[in-house]
Amino acid sequence: MIWVIAKREFSAMFLAPLAWVILAVIQIILGYMFLTNLDNFFLLQPQLLQLQNTPGVTDIVVTPLMQVAAIILLMVMPLLTMRSIAEEKRNRSLTLLISAPVSMTEIVLGKFLGLMLFVLVLVGMLMLMPLSLYLGTTPDSGKLLSIFIGMLLLLGAFSAIGLYLSSLTENQTIAAIGSFGILLMLWIIDWLSASVTTGKSLLAYLSLIQHHESLLLGVFDSSDIAYYLLLITGFLGLTIRQLDRERLL
Amino acid sequence: MTEALIQVKNLSRYYQDHCAVNQLSFTLNAGEVLGFLGPNGAGKSTTMQVISGNLAPSEGEVRIAGHDIIESPRAAKRQLGYLPEHPPLYRDASVDEYLRYCAALHRIPRQAIGVALQKVKAKCGLEATGNRLIGNLSKGYQQRVGIAQAIIHDPPVVILDEPTVGLDPIQIREIRDLIRSQGSERSVILSTHILSEVQATCDRVQIIRNGELIYNASTAALNQGHDISYRVALRGNPETAQLAALAGVDHVERLEDGLFHMVFHADANPDALVTAAVEQHWGLYELIPQQQSLEDLFIELTGDEEHAAP
Repeated sequence: MIWVIAKREFSAMFLAPLAWVILAVIQIILGYMFLTNLDNFFLLQPQLLQLQNTPGVTDIVVTPLMQVAAIILLMVMPLLTMRSIAEEKRNRSLTLLISAPVSMTEIVLGKFLGLMLFVLVLVGMLMLMPLSLYLGTTPDSGKLLSIFIGMLLLLGAFSAIGLYLSSLTENQTIAAIGSFGILLMLWIIDWLSASVTTGKSLLAYLSLIQHHESLLLGVFDSSDIAYYLLLITGFLGLTIRQLDRERLL
Repeated sequence: MTEALIQVKNLSRYYQDHCAVNQLSFTLNAGEVLGFLGPNGAGKSTTMQVISGNLAPSEGEVRIAGHDIIESPRAAKRQLGYLPEHPPLYRDASVDEYLRYCAALHRIPRQAIGVALQKVKAKCGLEATGNRLIGNLSKGYQQRVGIAQAIIHDPPVVILDEPTVGLDPIQIREIRDLIRSQGSERSVILSTHILSEVQATCDRVQIIRNGELIYNASTAALNQGHDISYRVALRGNPETAQLAALAGVDHVERLEDGLFHMVFHADANPDALVTAAVEQHWGLYELIPQQQSLEDLFIELTGDEEHAAP
């Protein structure tokens, strides 16, 4: 049942031009970034040869690319998630799902899975760029895998947060701005940790970017994975609760 | 005595302090078309939403084919098809895509979906529109898609909330025929504020006002149980008193010369009038029954407090 909803969610995204435009714009911008990074690598190559323990092509080309990708997606994901529940509320088509013999949990998980399918397409397309390096050199496969998983987890967290904000309102714009605000806040929350003394590690722990950073560098730490999984589960739980609560109002 | 398909017991529903439905109890039997009638804001839609599980009841319980909507919502919802006031349509999907999705949501096995789709499209007159986008269909066709959505999984109970709002007269007639045809295979709750609709389609009528049930009777009884009035035209122009003296006449009103409004008791028929007219050469040339309409009853019941008691 989750799968039925997810499939519908996924195909509905491609019925509107938004998903196509987002995919195209991201691909063009990051393709350009990829070329720039590659160019830099060629410029640096002679100097790198003289160093010991030099960073490889993955560190110089792919990691910065994905850092930029994460920031761009932080702005873009709210646009993708805003419609998922808010639009159904406005069109009053949520009734269809609620009247069907489907539980709230299945509805929310279905919606989330639909978003994740889109994320998979998006990240898959991004990963084509680093994978193209295999044509001329041998990038670090382990690092690429770690980066891939990191992007999926990060975007999964973006989706879960966006889904929750979308369940709070029937206005898509508000959902988008709200989730953008939360994402940005979680992104910059550790900036303060330079000046505060207490709770420094807490702020750093809450930061979305900190956990992503280590995965981009190929450090596969289970606490980072746990952070994302907790975030996703938490916001999905909140979404289910919110939809359940609305029946009581 | 067949088992009740829907059982509503002491149902109350509050929006903050406002009480939309107050201690409502009723049952729906198998094969019955129940008209749910009331002015706007009487609590019709709220009741429908509670029965369909879209709103939680504040008090009381709802059982569908024996399953409690709160305790075992999944089993209860399986028995139910629901068309809300605003049909829950995806404007960007085609009719076929949409109905297939609804079928899958209602757990129709994948192999059976094609057959169910053909059947429901034939029933609702949607054969020619399968590939069109729902957003491009006329209101009447969208409403049909809404009804198709509610019956695609062949539920024993169908709830239709104001299915004919905003349709033109021909579409209204078509939708009514569709509803009536449903009545032979399943139970239907039809909510409306259009009175003739209930008379045309329902077996039983319930009138609700301010969230309370104030009238509950079969439509047949409704048409019988009341005094019947006639518009009578006579060339002979007799005295009003002469007419009032006839057997079974409740009262007579003279509209103009030779034209009367006569009210007969519920169990009487205008035999006496016809006989008298022949004997006394009154020249009866018009005798038109003025059916006591649901409308009169509705206004009587909902209009002012004194008549509100059931």
